Amino acid sequence: MSAKEATFIVFRGGPDGGTDIQYKVPVEEGMVVLDAMHSIQGFQDPELAVRWNCKAAKCGSCSAEVNGKPSLMCKTRLDDYDLSQPIRVSPLKTFPVIKDLVTDVSWNYEVNKRIKGFTPPPETDPKLGDVKNWTYYQEDVDRAQEFRKCIECFLCQNVCHVLRNHDQKSQFYGPRFMVRLAQLEMHPMDQADRIPFIKEEAGVELCNITKCCTEVCPEEIHITDNAIIPLKERVVDRYYDPLFWLIRKLGFIK
Amino acid sequence: MSHPYEVKEYDVIVIGAGGAGLRAAIEVSSTGLNVALVCKSLLGKAHTVMAEGGAAAALGNVDKHDSWQIHFKDTMSGGKYMNHWRMAQLHAQEAADRVRELERWGAVFDRTKEGKINQRPFGGHTCRRLAHVGDRTGLELIRTLQDRGVHMGIDVFMECTITRLLKDGERVSGAFGYWRESGRFIVFKAKAIVLATGGIGKAWKVTSNSWEYTGDGQVLAYDAGAELIDSEFVQFHPTGMVWPPGVKGLLITEAVRGEGGLLTNSEGERFMEKYDPARMELSTRDIVAKAINREVKEGRGTPHGGAFLTIAGTKTRDGLEQNTPERIKKKLPSMYHQFKELADVDITKEPMEVGPTCHYTMGGVKVDPESQMTKVPGLYAAGEVSGGMHGANRLGGNSLSDLLVFGRRAGLSAVEFANANGSVSINDDDVRDAAKEMEAYFERGEQAGCENPYEIHRELQELMQSKVGIVRVQQELESAVGEIRQLQERANNVGITGSRQFNPGWHLCRDLKNLLTVSEAVARAALARNESRGGHTREDYPEYDPYWESVNSIVLKNADGSMHLEHRAKPEMPEDLQKLLK
Repeated sequence: MSAKEATFIVFRGGPDGGTDIQYKVPVEEGMVVLDAMHSIQGFQDPELAVRWNCKAAKCGSCSAEVNGKPSLMCKTRLDDYDLSQPIRVSPLKTFPVIKDLVTDVSWNYEVNKRIKGFTPPPETDPKLGDVKNWTYYQEDVDRAQEFRKCIECFLCQNVCHVLRNHDQKSQFYGPRFMVRLAQLEMHPMDQADRIPFIKEEAGVELCNITKCCTEVCPEEIHITDNAIIPLKERVVDRYYDPLFWLIRKLGFIK
Repeated sequence: MSHPYEVKEYDVIVIGAGGAGLRAAIEVSSTGLNVALVCKSLLGKAHTVMAEGGAAAALGNVDKHDSWQIHFKDTMSGGKYMNHWRMAQLHAQEAADRVRELERWGAVFDRTKEGKINQRPFGGHTCRRLAHVGDRTGLELIRTLQDRGVHMGIDVFMECTITRLLKDGERVSGAFGYWRESGRFIVFKAKAIVLATGGIGKAWKVTSNSWEYTGDGQVLAYDAGAELIDSEFVQFHPTGMVWPPGVKGLLITEAVRGEGGLLTNSEGERFMEKYDPARMELSTRDIVAKAINREVKEGRGTPHGGAFLTIAGTKTRDGLEQNTPERIKKKLPSMYHQFKELADVDITKEPMEVGPTCHYTMGGVKVDPESQMTKVPGLYAAGEVSGGMHGANRLGGNSLSDLLVFGRRAGLSAVEFANANGSVSINDDDVRDAAKEMEAYFERGEQAGCENPYEIHRELQELMQSKVGIVRVQQELESAVGEIRQLQERANNVGITGSRQFNPGWHLCRDLKNLLTVSEAVARAALARNESRGGHTREDYPEYDPYWESVNSIVLKNADGSMHLEHRAKPEMPEDLQKLLK
């Protein structure tokens, strides 16, 4: 094993601020940033707060900023960095710090509750013990399945300008929930109408399509092109198409 | 007491928010009772997201002749007949409805050409049976349940760890824990409690399990007076990553083999021909894991000590399709990314290097097969934390269906119990005692010579890996039991400094106690079982022994706090089911 070392500068502190602390960590082949954080916990500083679970890029817990780049620490490999320079690890900027690398992402869970859940046709509600098959085809769900890959790492929320730079959390739900809304809207069996909600509450029109969310998505979901833009189009069709405007005026739909 | 605590009162609390916990909480909530879901991590991050291949259910969408009877038979045979027959029967009978129900709640499974839920072949299943979504079925399951639960208004206590169950006489009456974020204490008062805390994999060094899998539920139940069953049966999944070291143990889904992947050794030989010529790569996990282990030991391993697993260019199991790069990326997308990003291997062109990794425990809290109730009135267990369903070896795909079937059943039973029994009270002394235990880690941290929890954890993982691993032998197991006892002594002296706010060292101090207890149970039960069966292999007793097929291992806590192990006759299977197994 090589005796290589890497230097990390890690944010240590809480809601009221903190300091950057330097640690030297021995490097193993194939090591990722999360391994380095565990090494610090295990050998130097048992108190270092890090959120993680699967260590396989499947749960989306270990989001942080590595040299300023929002990343999952479990798939950020050290050999992608010049180890003669220190690597800076800091918490997500868009959410309040709890301690060290752990941020308070509870806002996301609150927002999620306000979205109307999956709404199948009423006559197909399951009666226990006898649930019939549904029929729909793979091509009907390819798009919805793309959105359901989301692991809720909230990196897209972290880089969204509306949330990160303008802190308009009260007006825009952010890319993660545009993806969830799009998935529900495009589910072949869903019956709910969320378009007024998507416009008024979720604030889809605030997105100015810079695609930063798409760039950081570890699941490579085409958030902007496949989720947000189609939602914007549906809102435009409903609210700005003259025919729909008339139907709405006549009170047939909201 | 130096630190105050808050009290929350519910009809039912569910500890653990993976598939089983969520499914139980949904069932409780649907009856109108108050339910709290308490979990160590954020919601939606539990180990269920790591499940890849699918949920086994005899839907008969692909192989029309499939039935619960065949699923039952496969499950019993895979479990080497150590399964509780009634659990295996209920599981096989109810899994299909639970999967279809999940679809009604918004899950989007891959489809057949006829537009039904698609099903893939898997090890030990004689029909194509696993409902799946590419190789991320667990994520689909947990997200569907999570959204369902959230929109039902279930109260979720995230990043909240339970350290002790509280009792009112014989009955369970609540739970004590702490918020990981603030370190503040919290007490839940409840008429019934469902444990759904998952497994124990963090006791081993090479594991697919996350930090959460420290045996909490098993030890909460054991400390409260419940029994553990068949602790010696631990599943080593045959295909974990072996290289690079940073990712060693990370899971490679069995779906790779289900979709046509071939295992070869350094001599290019498809070695499964020697171990299970009929089923080859789709043999059960215990057999494939031992085969790889043997090939490596006998000098036919890959450069990094594993076997080669090739999917690129192979034929699907039915021989109808070729595994082209496009098909691989469609059917196994996360495997493709995992290897590309973490190991610089392109699985659409090159073989993977794989080796066994600690994955699952078949043993766990002993429960009534119908109600999931433990020996403690009002206390239930479902999912991996419970034992009996999978016998000596679990089939792939039977875990996700287990979570749904028995999560629901545990929820239903908890509701019945809460409705039938009056309110409970909490004993202040017990709460004070539980708080004292957590505070003592800081007091010891101030003293010279206190132990570092990380150091003891590392030593335990080394020990379990080397002496209580895939292949076991009497002398090593005896020595392991002694060494675990020594580590327990040292763990009585672990301490931590700093604040109570999100302090992982402090959390580990307590988790370590659970890890050591379950490790002792595994080692003792493994030492006693003088045979090889499923997930328990003894070098000194390599064969099945009919005596050992007739008894379960039972572990319980003596009044003096020491561990007691006994063997109890297995429940008798009714004749009609016995006929099915012929």
